[in-house]
Formats: sequence, structure tokens, C-alpha cells
Amino acid sequence: MSDSIEPGETAAVSARSARVFIEGIALWGPRLPGWDAARSILRGEAKPCDAPARRPAPALLAPTERRRAPDTVAVALEVASAACASAGREPRGLASVFASTFGDTAVSDYLCRQLASAPLDTSPTKFHNSVHNAAAGYWAIATGCPEPYTALSAYRHTFGAGLALACTHAIADESAVLYVAYDIETPGPLATMSPSRGALGAAFVLAPDRSPHAKARLEFRVQPGEARATPARAANAALVEGNAMGSCLVVFETLADTLPADAAAPAPHPPRREIVLTLAPRLALRLAIGQAS
Amino acid sequence: MRAQPLCAQPLCVTAYTVACAAGAGLAAFARALRERRSGLRPNDFTAAPLETWIGRIEGLERDAAALPAGLAAWECRNNRLAWLALLQDDFRERVAAARERYGADRVAIVVGTSTSSIGATEEAYRRLQPDGQFPPDLRRPILHEPHSLADFLQHALALEGFCITVATACSSSAKVFAHAERLLRLGLADAALVGGADTLCGSVLFGFNSLGLLSPEPCRPFDPARRGISLGEAAGFALLERAGDGPWLLGCGESSDAHHMSSPHPEGRGARLAIEAALGTAGVEGRDVDYVNLHGTASQKNDEIEGRLVAELFADDASASSTKGWTGHALGAAGIVEAVVALNAIETGLAPGTLNSSAIDPACGPQVRLENRECDVRIAVSHSFGFGGSNCVLVFGRERPR
Repeated sequence: MSDSIEPGETAAVSARSARVFIEGIALWGPRLPGWDAARSILRGEAKPCDAPARRPAPALLAPTERRRAPDTVAVALEVASAACASAGREPRGLASVFASTFGDTAVSDYLCRQLASAPLDTSPTKFHNSVHNAAAGYWAIATGCPEPYTALSAYRHTFGAGLALACTHAIADESAVLYVAYDIETPGPLATMSPSRGALGAAFVLAPDRSPHAKARLEFRVQPGEARATPARAANAALVEGNAMGSCLVVFETLADTLPADAAAPAPHPPRREIVLTLAPRLALRLAIGQAS
Repeated sequence: MRAQPLCAQPLCVTAYTVACAAGAGLAAFARALRERRSGLRPNDFTAAPLETWIGRIEGLERDAAALPAGLAAWECRNNRLAWLALLQDDFRERVAAARERYGADRVAIVVGTSTSSIGATEEAYRRLQPDGQFPPDLRRPILHEPHSLADFLQHALALEGFCITVATACSSSAKVFAHAERLLRLGLADAALVGGADTLCGSVLFGFNSLGLLSPEPCRPFDPARRGISLGEAAGFALLERAGDGPWLLGCGESSDAHHMSSPHPEGRGARLAIEAALGTAGVEGRDVDYVNLHGTASQKNDEIEGRLVAELFADDASASSTKGWTGHALGAAGIVEAVVALNAIETGLAPGTLNSSAIDPACGPQVRLENRECDVRIAVSHSFGFGGSNCVLVFGRERPR
């Protein structure tokens, strides 16, 4: 690409595109329990689980912590761990970007109810779990990772905005970055305003250079003007329907089409040349996903 | 952590503004700092009595503070405060000029908040309809999620670029400088509006109360007899460009404590990493720093740990202080408010002292000062350390480094 960016080149003005390598891939949804299963399901080669799980049980946490962990933390830590394992990277060496549309809506619902009835009895644990960076903070604590994390939201554009920021971080800092995106089921009256169903977590380890761990190449281009996201195929979209982070699915579907479990298997769906995510109402992120080599 | 941090691209802070309990607009805030007038008052915000002091913005509830009709969909306390800040110091005009210069899609918005407009959600729960629905006037989904602030700004300023809300608790509106710097360094934007806004709400007042961290008196940062924090509300913004007139962002350092959700690491491990990374990316040494705006919340642990670190990492003749005695702890907006104090120090030579405190904790070195000082500030640093162990340190300088 003529206008792609080289790390360390500070004079690059008006560059709108860049490239990273995906080293680790992770996905967890009630009917998509992990990337290996999801890859076959999204290709249409396997049936989705007919007994959906409510939430994952991340092995990173001790059993007591695992039971007590809020849903946000359970789903975020599950995919974060799986992405690092898939990349063959130690979690403690990776900076991270955590993205969630609504954050911990179960805690928000609790806090708002409590404040409306007995504010002085607010639970301190629930309060410190209410910060948008709670899942990121627990990840840093559980892995002993001193590298920086961030936690962000961009409403309907959260998955794309977080992905773009994570890619930017990897290129600018010349280091691999963990990207984690998740949303949970919104309970209570808040669900009428911030609706989200089930739990969904997605994660990548993104690296600026091609390493032996590279699984896919991701080229991105930022394009101004009306932004319309590429929809996932209907059967796949239905698997995460209603979750606020469901817009991530088209990326995983394209990865599944590009990276079959069995390299000799013919692709039931030819991989798309390009997919579009939104970054803002009038800013699109165009992604071209290909094999790493 | 990498041994040699990458050098950040220096960025010019071509405009900045603030609205906090100590004053709306740079001139009013600088005057309050100079005259040592605190913006704190006894809590009159919560319906249930709560004995603490707060930095509340006067008149934000009045009709005069309402958003213009075209922005009524975003109406809430937090966006009102953001709007109040945009109206100061010709900031809106400066952003409009950047939009003209670069194009609406080339001006990014990266802003921080801790609770955004959750005050509106709290109100909806207090006024739930008999059928469990939100009251009709609050059935506006954009208010009941974290991105309310950045979405409001994008509409209010007619921008069409990157638009991201960062929510890492008390480091939020400091980390936005680091995120924006990367976007500009890679050429994905030509200018960035950074900063943030956080307003008082039940969640934070009763939440910090539940942790036993609220002071029953005006907060006294670094005082050996300090009794906890005073919460405040504030908004502030800065415009970052690759060139221009103004002080410079020289470096940013970020780290994680990886220790505890609501307590700092006992030796300040993460804070030290962030300070060292910030100085490293800026290419300056601790001894080059003239003024340090400290996180200084007046909580027992933070001040002791931060005081020790400052004694070790900065020169004895540097000035360091917490300005939370003026503003209260503005949480997600603390980073930008204190970045503004550091920028003002560079531009006017005012290194504020520490308000309300009558002595300095013996854990501190000579850097932490009670009295204001007028001095030549060429390099200023601002510390932000947050819940979840998220740390960010910013380095500003008067001149662009060669």
C-alpha cells in the first residue's frame, strides 16, 4: 500500500491505512464455546451447541474467584486467556485494549436500584466492580501484567473503534497488543435503554510484524463518509443476536472462511475480499483479512 | 516493561480550557489558584445526608446552563458541564478552526470519563414508572451508556473522525493524551480533542463512602492528619496538533499496578513505571522537571506512596503539589484538570502549593510544598493513578524539543 505507515516514521500525515498480524484468536458466546468450535460452526460445517452455556469458567481464576467474578470479568478473562494461548504469548508481556459497549450493566442496575432505595448501604465490592476498567484491572491482577491497559466504549461502534485503537497501539509501540471486546446481558429496567442479550467475548493478539505465530494478516483502511457495517450471514448473526458486541461476528466469520481447521477442506463460502466495521456514524474501518503468508 | 521506551512524537497543545469548582475558564481557575480560594463546600448534592465536602459547579441545574435546543437529546448534567467547558477560552472556535484546516474527519475525539451520564440513569431509577419503564423524558438511550460524552462532543462540534470514550477510572482523561498521540503519530488524524468530563452523582458519592474513603472535612492532601478524599466535578479539553503555538506534550507513560482493584501497590510499583516511561518517552530526566502536579487524593495510602516516589525521582528544588484542595477529586476528569494546572504553570510560572493542609507527611521529600511558588517552569509533569491500578503520567514542556 502506497500510503501505509512505517513504525517510527513521524512525518506520516494523512495516512489512512496500516497492517497488523493476528497471532491469537478467541471467541466465546453461549452457542460458540471457543474459537475452534466456532470456526466450524461459522463455516456451516458443524451445528451450534444446542445447550447454550450461560457464561464461561475461566481457568485463570481460582475456583472461589471464578464463582464470585461478575459475568463481564468471566467472559473477558476467558477470551483474553484463550487469545494469548493461541498466540503462544505470555499475558504479562502484553499491553491491552478492553472494549465494551455498556460495561457491567448488572452492576449498573444494582447501583441504580440501591441508590434509589438505601444509598448508604451500597456494597463497596459492587462499587469498585462498577468501573468500566474492572475486567481489565482483574486481568492485570490475575496475570501480574505491568503493561498498560485501556478500557473504552464507542456505543454502536465499540468493536471497530477498539480494534482500530489496538492496531494503532501495536504499530506505534512496535509490540504485540491484546484486544478484548465483550458485552453481557443487561438486566432490569436498564435493558429498555441499553439492551444486550447473553454474554459475548472476542479477543485477538495483534502484532506489528509477521512472526511464526502469525495466523492472519489484517489490513485496515479508515474511510470518511456514511459508514455501513458488513452484516454476518444470517444463520451466524442469529447465534449472537441481541448482544451489543454482535457486530464483531463478521470478522470471525471471515476469519473462519479464510482459515479452515483443515487446510485441505474446500471453503463452503469464499472469503470476502473486504469487510466494513464502523468507527463512528460517519467513519468506516475497511478490513482486508488474508492468510499470514 | 520495555527497557527503552519509544520516543513519542511531541505534540503542540494549541488550545485548552477547564471548568471546575474553583472556576470556569482558564482565567478564573488561575485566579483561584493564585489567590488560594478553594471550590469545596459541604455536601449539598445528595438527598440522603452524607457528611463530606464536594467540589460542585455552581448553577449547573439552572435553565441558563441548559444545552442549546439542537443538542437537547444529550441534555444531562455531565454534558452540560462539558458544554460549559467548551464555551470557555474560545475553545469551540479553536476546534472549528481545526475542522476547517484539516477536515471534519481528520479531527479525532478521545475523551475520558469515569461515570459519564450515569446520573441520568440514577434519576430514571428514582422515577421509574409503575410499569417499570424509564420516565418518558429520560427515554434517551444515548444517555444510559458510557459513550454519551464523546457522542455529545462529536455532534456539538460537528466532527466526523475517530470518536472514543476512555473509561479507566481516575486515569481516564490523562490516558487520552497517550491514545491521541498514537493516532496522530500514525497519521490517522491531524488533530485530536482530548480531555474529559465527570459530574457528581450518587454512584461515586455513596460508592466512595462505602469504601470509607470520603473525608468529613475539606480534603488535606499530604497532611499527616489527612482524613480522605473530597469528590469534585469538572470538565476540561485540550486540542493537540503536530505544530502550532502553545506548550508541548513531550511524553506519556502508562502502566498497570496489577495489584488490587481499589488500593494502590504498597511500593508504588505501577506509579514508578508510569513516571519512568513518561520521562523516557519525553527524553528528559527527573532532575529536569520544575513542577509536578501530584495525584494527591488525600487518601492515606496514595499520598504516602506517591510522596516517597517523588522524593526519590525528582530534584529537591522541584515543586510538587496536589491541587485537589481547590477542585476536589474529579475522578475521570482529574487528568485533564491537572494537565491544565501543569500547562498553566508553564505559561504563567505559577507552581501552586497544596490547599487546606497545614503540614506535610514525613514520607514526602522537600518537593511537596504547601505554599504557592512563582518560578520558571520549563518542564511540568502530571500524575494520574486510578482504580484497577491504571496509571498515566504526562510530561509537558514550554518548547518543542530539538
